[in-house]
Amino acid sequence: MSLSIPDFPLPDARGRFGRYGGRYVPETLIPALDELEQAYQVAKKDPEFLKELDYLLRDYVGRPSTLYLAERLTQHAGGAKIYLKREDQNFTGAHKINNCLAQALLARRMGKKKVLAETGAGQHGVASATAAALLGLECVVYMGEEDMRRQALNVFRMRLLGAEVRPVTSGTGTLKDATNEAIRDWVTNVRDTFYILGSVVGPHPYPAMVRDFQSIIGVEVKAQMLEQEGREIPDAIVACVGGGSNAIGIFAPFAYLPPEQRPRLIGTEAAGEGVETGKHAASVAGGRVGVLHGSLMYLMNDDEGQIVPPHSISAGLDYPGIGPEHCYYADSGMAEYVPVTDAQALEAFQLLTRLEGLIPAIESAHAVYHGVKLAGQLKPEQVVVINLSGRGDKDVAEVMRLLEMQRGEGDSRAESVETQTAAPKMQPEVLA
Amino acid sequence: MTATTNRGVERLHAAFARAKAEGRAAFIPFMTAGYPSYAKFPEVAAELLSRADIMEVGIPYSDPLGDGPTIQRASEQALAGGTSTRVTIELVKQLRQTHDTPIVIMTYVNPIYAVGPEQFMQLAADAGVDGLILPDLPPDQDIEIAALAAKYGLAVTFLIAPTSTPERVKLVAEACTGFLYAVSVIGITGTREGSALGEVPRMLELARQYARVPVVVGFGVKDAQTAAQVAQVADGVVVGSAFINAVRDGQDAGALADGIRAGCKK
Repeated sequence: MSLSIPDFPLPDARGRFGRYGGRYVPETLIPALDELEQAYQVAKKDPEFLKELDYLLRDYVGRPSTLYLAERLTQHAGGAKIYLKREDQNFTGAHKINNCLAQALLARRMGKKKVLAETGAGQHGVASATAAALLGLECVVYMGEEDMRRQALNVFRMRLLGAEVRPVTSGTGTLKDATNEAIRDWVTNVRDTFYILGSVVGPHPYPAMVRDFQSIIGVEVKAQMLEQEGREIPDAIVACVGGGSNAIGIFAPFAYLPPEQRPRLIGTEAAGEGVETGKHAASVAGGRVGVLHGSLMYLMNDDEGQIVPPHSISAGLDYPGIGPEHCYYADSGMAEYVPVTDAQALEAFQLLTRLEGLIPAIESAHAVYHGVKLAGQLKPEQVVVINLSGRGDKDVAEVMRLLEMQRGEGDSRAESVETQTAAPKMQPEVLA
Repeated sequence: MTATTNRGVERLHAAFARAKAEGRAAFIPFMTAGYPSYAKFPEVAAELLSRADIMEVGIPYSDPLGDGPTIQRASEQALAGGTSTRVTIELVKQLRQTHDTPIVIMTYVNPIYAVGPEQFMQLAADAGVDGLILPDLPPDQDIEIAALAAKYGLAVTFLIAPTSTPERVKLVAEACTGFLYAVSVIGITGTREGSALGEVPRMLELARQYARVPVVVGFGVKDAQTAAQVAQVADGVVVGSAFINAVRDGQDAGALADGIRAGCKK
């Protein structure tokens, strides 16, 4: 099977998914976005480009990632079969590399010598730095000062790979500010620089292009479902959503099916300490329509239009907006978006680790939580696919800190460590 | 107020005409609303207003992606002091009681959406705002905004850049009703070393083929000398970060404004 990049019905010619998306950027960037769009449209149909991307995705990244039947998790949930789409198997540990390699190839093809990227937890930064090293491109990564402190190892990793990591102190010093700074750099150096945006956000054509590059996830699921289950379409697909690139990657190949064929598509938003507390990153559940980073989307902003800093246990979901295609799916009912809290994600993180020996990224744990809950409500002949978007090595230290905090609280209430580390609701019978 | 008037457009064009009659490019200083504090802003703004042909007031915004560090920091400080979107409009309303100089508001588009486009225009018009500068809204992204501005008698200004193709310059220039804003450099706001002229002459030549309104130049103008370069080719000169830096450093913004205004002489 050779690689092809699917065509999707949206966005329209103006870069809109319904009313969402667009290009709300300084005029300086408009010609560069036009140039990018033209170059991309040619590249995606060019056999040479596709051949090289296919080669790298197979032999460098290790695709296809497997669709793994999680038997013990299935047994625990007590309902539908649970499959995990194992994006955690990819080189560099997450789905991000799918997009980075493709954009870096496009950068080289367009004759750009330097690439820019923003990063939150460092996953997209590391994947961008990796792609840049592989293709011999200069790489600058913008990262919030606060995130650099929390993810010191990823900062070192990027520097080892030859990237320059620039600390961002403006605003809240996190992902949204790193993105602002990357866009400012791009505005200033637009003639010879390529911006590798890491999610399905930003001005057109980024949401469409990143979706296309990530759609290999869903395309593989179709083929693997057919082989393993005798049908292409599962009953439900669950994926975590920050900006939403892993979710779009697995949703899009199913989303435009006729409604009677379409599986339930469920995006799990980071509800932080609870949507009602205001300390969350759930843009659909707790935001309202606005513009950030060039795109009209559901957005956490106050009634004066100022962006409200998001909160999530997961740096990768800690983004105040959600990609425009997701907004369109949400409004049209093509997909559902549900909130999952920090505590629920932490529970699922431990559950998957204990039952399957898979340490998920804390981002992906948000999807695992809801996927398990949903499977429990479905019948054994039904199938739920959870996108395991990344592995959790990067989160182990933070989870250790959080569990020690819980244990501290537990001690003061004279509870045992065991009941604290394995949350009661998700406590599997087999471990009890 | 349902305006069938062109109040803002007429007042802005009259200001350009007056400056031209005096042999000057219009002097257009910028200040972030609520900077350096809510209490001190009116005083700083008055210093500039009394010397300006047109004054530009920025709504502090949490994520100003077209602005350099100077305006970013000023916005953060103003927001921390409680000046957001509606307070900015209130501050303009106060300035209107003592000054008749045309005032335009510079804002990213999200605050307009958050207030509601029609309500925003109504509030701004009632406060005596004459026009809007929209740095992250290419005119083809939302045609309703310009229509609503017109309904309430507000002029609109969009931007062109050295990267703009002739097609884009045409589209943007034709959408402007107040004046057209040409960004002198490829980049974000802020003072720079060297000439402020850059690719301006070529860009203005293109702009004048399509623009039916005055053309101003901004970004990187910081003193009388850089203003003088720009004044030779432009109808107006916008100066922002330099005034914020002056206020920050406790320098005399009025004296700087006098110098730059003198530099605007053709």
